[in-house]
Amino acid sequence: MAEGNGNGGITGLLNDLSEQFRSSQVWTSIFRPGSPFRGGYSDTPRNRSYVVMNNVMYHLHPVKVKRHGVRLSYTLCLGGLSFFLFVVLTITGIFLMFYYRPTSPQAYIDIQALATDVAFGQFVRNMHRWGAHLMVLTVFLHMTRVFYHGAYKPPREFNWVVGVILLLLTLLLSFSGYLLPWDQLALWAFTVGSTMGSYAPVFGDSVSFALIGGVQISADTLLRWYVLHVLFLPFIIVLFMSVHFWRVRKDGGVSGPL
Amino acid sequence: MADIPEDILRRSAEARAKAEGRPVEEVLAEMTGEAPAASSPAEPAPAGTEPAPAPAPPETAPAAPPVASGNGGIDVAALSVETGVPEAILLRATRARAKHDGLPDPTIATPAGGGTAVATAPPPTTTAPAPAPAVPEGVRTQRLLTVVKAGAIQQVKREPTDKVSVWPHLLAIEFVALLVILVVLTAVSIFVDAPLLEFANFNEQPNPSKAPWYFLGLQELLAYFDPMVAGVFIPTFGLIALMFIPYVDRNPSIRPSDRKLAIMIFTFFIVAAAILTIFGSFFRGPGFNFVFPWRDGIFFDDLLTILD
Repeated sequence: MAEGNGNGGITGLLNDLSEQFRSSQVWTSIFRPGSPFRGGYSDTPRNRSYVVMNNVMYHLHPVKVKRHGVRLSYTLCLGGLSFFLFVVLTITGIFLMFYYRPTSPQAYIDIQALATDVAFGQFVRNMHRWGAHLMVLTVFLHMTRVFYHGAYKPPREFNWVVGVILLLLTLLLSFSGYLLPWDQLALWAFTVGSTMGSYAPVFGDSVSFALIGGVQISADTLLRWYVLHVLFLPFIIVLFMSVHFWRVRKDGGVSGPL
Repeated sequence: MADIPEDILRRSAEARAKAEGRPVEEVLAEMTGEAPAASSPAEPAPAGTEPAPAPAPPETAPAAPPVASGNGGIDVAALSVETGVPEAILLRATRARAKHDGLPDPTIATPAGGGTAVATAPPPTTTAPAPAPAVPEGVRTQRLLTVVKAGAIQQVKREPTDKVSVWPHLLAIEFVALLVILVVLTAVSIFVDAPLLEFANFNEQPNPSKAPWYFLGLQELLAYFDPMVAGVFIPTFGLIALMFIPYVDRNPSIRPSDRKLAIMIFTFFIVAAAILTIFGSFFRGPGFNFVFPWRDGIFFDDLLTILD
């Protein structure tokens, strides 16, 4: 930042201050060596490796990837975007949990109150809903992308299976959230969906009983699917996502080139 | 190092030439000329050749000295100064090696031109000095010394692949993709409200009642098949079939031209699912009967709220 000093003026002073701050003990204890946020970072091959290797990012990415895997047109970022949408849905979902009680009729009143009483309530709810639809779409498109690239072939067979389970879990997560507003749309869409389970041979009635928590849909069903939606399914999907991401790296990263 | 693909080498040379402001040809020539020396690690005598009389210098030695000691005995003291390895260890290693090979103790000086076994040993190939890495001040370097038997050394050649650093190349792309999707999601969420109809009423079923859009393909199937088939067998079988794709498709090639059948079958089911879903969403009205959306309107609550 010597040049900044040479220029004098406020810019130089600020540069010096920021450099000093970013080299302080507190700051450097937060950002490990090689982080671009640290003072004195220089763009060297070694630091480029450290940015990934020395940080939590190393759980998701190796230091280097095949050149063709970086091309946007190869993966379209669909897997990464699905994960990002999951994060957005988790954040907005936690926000919504503060204002929602899974009982009847309180659930419906709470959803109405989001639009009138809660700052950004309607906006966050919109994000949660459209984000969920978008995630179903990106996960599905990710699967088709992987198929057309033949990326399920050895050694990636099992990761494809994990991926199909993740697709199923995504659908279940979206579907379980569908009931929660407790309005006419939610109730009857859910009725149509859950009735399908009752058609199962032999166990049909038991499946139906377990799904709706009784012989007919009631406030108990709401509580049941609320717990599934905010705890059980997210927990399961995070487990499978961990395996999925781990296997992507262990199986040699992005497949191809074609 | 001659097996680095031409295009990779060229791209690398171009990048370096651009960075240093030199002509590409010059850099390329330099790289091809120097590459073997610069990149071949200081390693012990290649496997297969007779063991050299002297212990190979440790691989981490910043400047591996020429250890070819001619025909005489080995000057352990001088070697120790050059390599930085303690003299006692060098002495012991050299003696052990000699004993193992059944040679006379090389640390006892023999007249020049003496020991035949020593004379036949080829000069070690470790004379290429590796460039000394710039060690920042205050950083302690460490040295590891290990005895590796010649027969235990395997030369593994790795195909050089064309790779780029995740930072900044991949992370930058991912960050932009993330921003784009966030902007789209935010914009949609500002302008389109999520639907909320009247309070749930068990006594008043809307007509038609539709499942969420991603299940509408299945609901559409209900119009053609027995509920047990459309609601249970087809989705269950579909999921299992999806999971078994990698174990059924044994064709190892990933080139589209080699896997026409697989692509055809998969595309068929994807398109079928899409058509069923679109049909169930837009072309089904009251009583789940067929309608034309442009004539009779749209009976799809999720979408209606968007259009309003």
